[in-house]
Amino acid sequence: MTDALLRDPAHLVSQRARAYWLVRALPGWLLIGGILTVVLVSAGWSTAVTGSVVWSAVGLAVLHLVVMPWWRFRVHRWEVTDTAVYTQSGWFDQERRIAPIARVQTVDIERGPFEQLFGLANVTVTTASARGPLKIHALDRGTAEYIVAWLTERAQTAGGDGT
Amino acid sequence: MSTAAPVAPAIEDAEWHRLSRRMLLIHPVIEIGRALPALAGLFIAGSSHGSPWPGLIGTVVVAAFSLTRWFTTRLRITPQQVQLRHGLFRRKSIATARDRIRTVDVTSHLLHRVLGLARVVIGTGSNDRRGGGRLILDGLTLDAATRLRDDLLHRAPAVGTEPIPDVAPGDVELARLDTRWIRYAPFTLSGVVTGLVIWGFYWRVAGEGGVDLARVGPFRTVAHALRAMPTGQRVTVVALGLVIFVAVTSTVGYVLAFWNFRLIRHPGGTLQVTRGLITTRATSIERRRLVGATISEPLPLRAVGAARVVAVATGLRTGRGAERGGEVLLPPAPLPVGVALVQRVLDGTGAATSPLLPHGTAARRRRLVRGVLPPAVLSAVLAIVWAVGGPAWPLFVSGALVLAGAALGVDRAAALGHGRDGGYLVTRGGSLVRRRSVLDEDAIIGWNLRSTFFQRRLGLVSLEATTAAGRQGYHVTDVPSAEASAVVGAISPHLLQQFRTAPPATTR
Repeated sequence: MTDALLRDPAHLVSQRARAYWLVRALPGWLLIGGILTVVLVSAGWSTAVTGSVVWSAVGLAVLHLVVMPWWRFRVHRWEVTDTAVYTQSGWFDQERRIAPIARVQTVDIERGPFEQLFGLANVTVTTASARGPLKIHALDRGTAEYIVAWLTERAQTAGGDGT
Repeated sequence: MSTAAPVAPAIEDAEWHRLSRRMLLIHPVIEIGRALPALAGLFIAGSSHGSPWPGLIGTVVVAAFSLTRWFTTRLRITPQQVQLRHGLFRRKSIATARDRIRTVDVTSHLLHRVLGLARVVIGTGSNDRRGGGRLILDGLTLDAATRLRDDLLHRAPAVGTEPIPDVAPGDVELARLDTRWIRYAPFTLSGVVTGLVIWGFYWRVAGEGGVDLARVGPFRTVAHALRAMPTGQRVTVVALGLVIFVAVTSTVGYVLAFWNFRLIRHPGGTLQVTRGLITTRATSIERRRLVGATISEPLPLRAVGAARVVAVATGLRTGRGAERGGEVLLPPAPLPVGVALVQRVLDGTGAATSPLLPHGTAARRRRLVRGVLPPAVLSAVLAIVWAVGGPAWPLFVSGALVLAGAALGVDRAAALGHGRDGGYLVTRGGSLVRRRSVLDEDAIIGWNLRSTFFQRRLGLVSLEATTAAGRQGYHVTDVPSAEASAVVGAISPHLLQQFRTAPPATTR
């Protein structure tokens, strides 16, 4: 994303994010592998067809697992200033979200099993719009707690009901 | 309130109240109506053994269970809060601060009206879309309901306990149903939904009761006659029948929903929509909650020069089937009427008609490609199938889809546009449903800028202004990214300013 006016947010997410995204993508591929195995065994196609299906699936999986975490790590960025939150996420499809802190309603930290494995945390910032939550994935836990403390303090001083 | 004996006992006395006792008559009718397919099944299953008991017992159980709703519901209105408790097995308690109340919707369906009752729906926070923030008081007397609405919306209470007169002094009528508008009703296609509902009902009865309509009474004659026809004629007759059915039910639906439609503005600025033939409803929207409007033109309506107008307000439910929610500002009516109404409602803004910026050739091409590509890929696959000996007719169908996709793409490209006018952001897009939305820039909370891989290659981005009102987000699709930044910068200068310069040299 390079355009004339809006620059990238300042900060990268945790260095461990790449490993985290890679590990998190594994179960999906294992599931697809399992389904493929069942289908291929029961279908009983010729060796050539079975082989080409297996190799293309393996190829796609490797490509995804190699490219996606690296690409995501370059895209996922965040920045919190005195008055605003700015995030960028995605890889193939990317999204930037900007919201003023005065309109922030809740700030949550969420840590699933994969996040705990890598000592990471996701921060979700909601506004009064159902279309407007800002999510920062794969932050160091310390950074996440710092962001939450910062935003909670700023949002309280802003006042109002956020609509 | 006056010293005269109140017609209805006051309920805003910080005591716990039950809803009107007359609801004991309504609940069983409604619940038995809902359970009708299952009950009909029970009756039919019982009658095959020559016994009506399964059906009768089922009906009594449903009726008895429905009564528990009244016995378990309590309501309390204090100067600060509206509180509701209900539930037999899972007690639920909902409280809403009165100063958070944004809309009040008073609805009376047929049974309500016979018994002089109304249902009050109180809209509050931003999460109304999920139904979480709404408080439903089903079954207050009409007097209590209208008085409660006026009190909750801080309007001057009516003198004494008289019901609110139709048009109080100082009220301005902004729109009223013109019976000539009913000619647009068949183009709303709402009859399709009615048809699906009837079909679904029949399907359930047929499934649970084993009824086959094709063997009953007049339907048998029709089915018999259809079977006797040649295929071409049969298709024509069935299609014609469906078109007539949809036209008639759409018209009936329009009249039911919008009869007596009136939009008035109270002296305090609150808008009030009243409408309905059998189920009457009155929705009040505070002026400060109304932050915009959408002129919506579904393709059939657009073809005959008609449009409907929908409010963009915080605390109003938005969703599919706009006439079901409380957000309708104008039923399907001539487009110029809609445009004029938006102007009047939003204090004379020209944003409903002002010229919009088109999004350029790259955006137009993208709409076209997205319309044509899927059916083109399908056609290529089908061509291969045909080449290896498959049937040819799917290829013709997909060829027709390519043409339809191209037409859709061209029309969607023509719709793209955005602009700013007098403090309002205007967005336009869509073909099957073309929408022009006018949104107060002060109501915009934040911005989402989304771009796919292909959009980035074209230098385009889809901009979305998020808000707590209406659809929650309003899209400016496929705009050049410099223009997107310019829009954000013009509307939220402080927000954008800090993300334009080089980032501070801190890294985490």
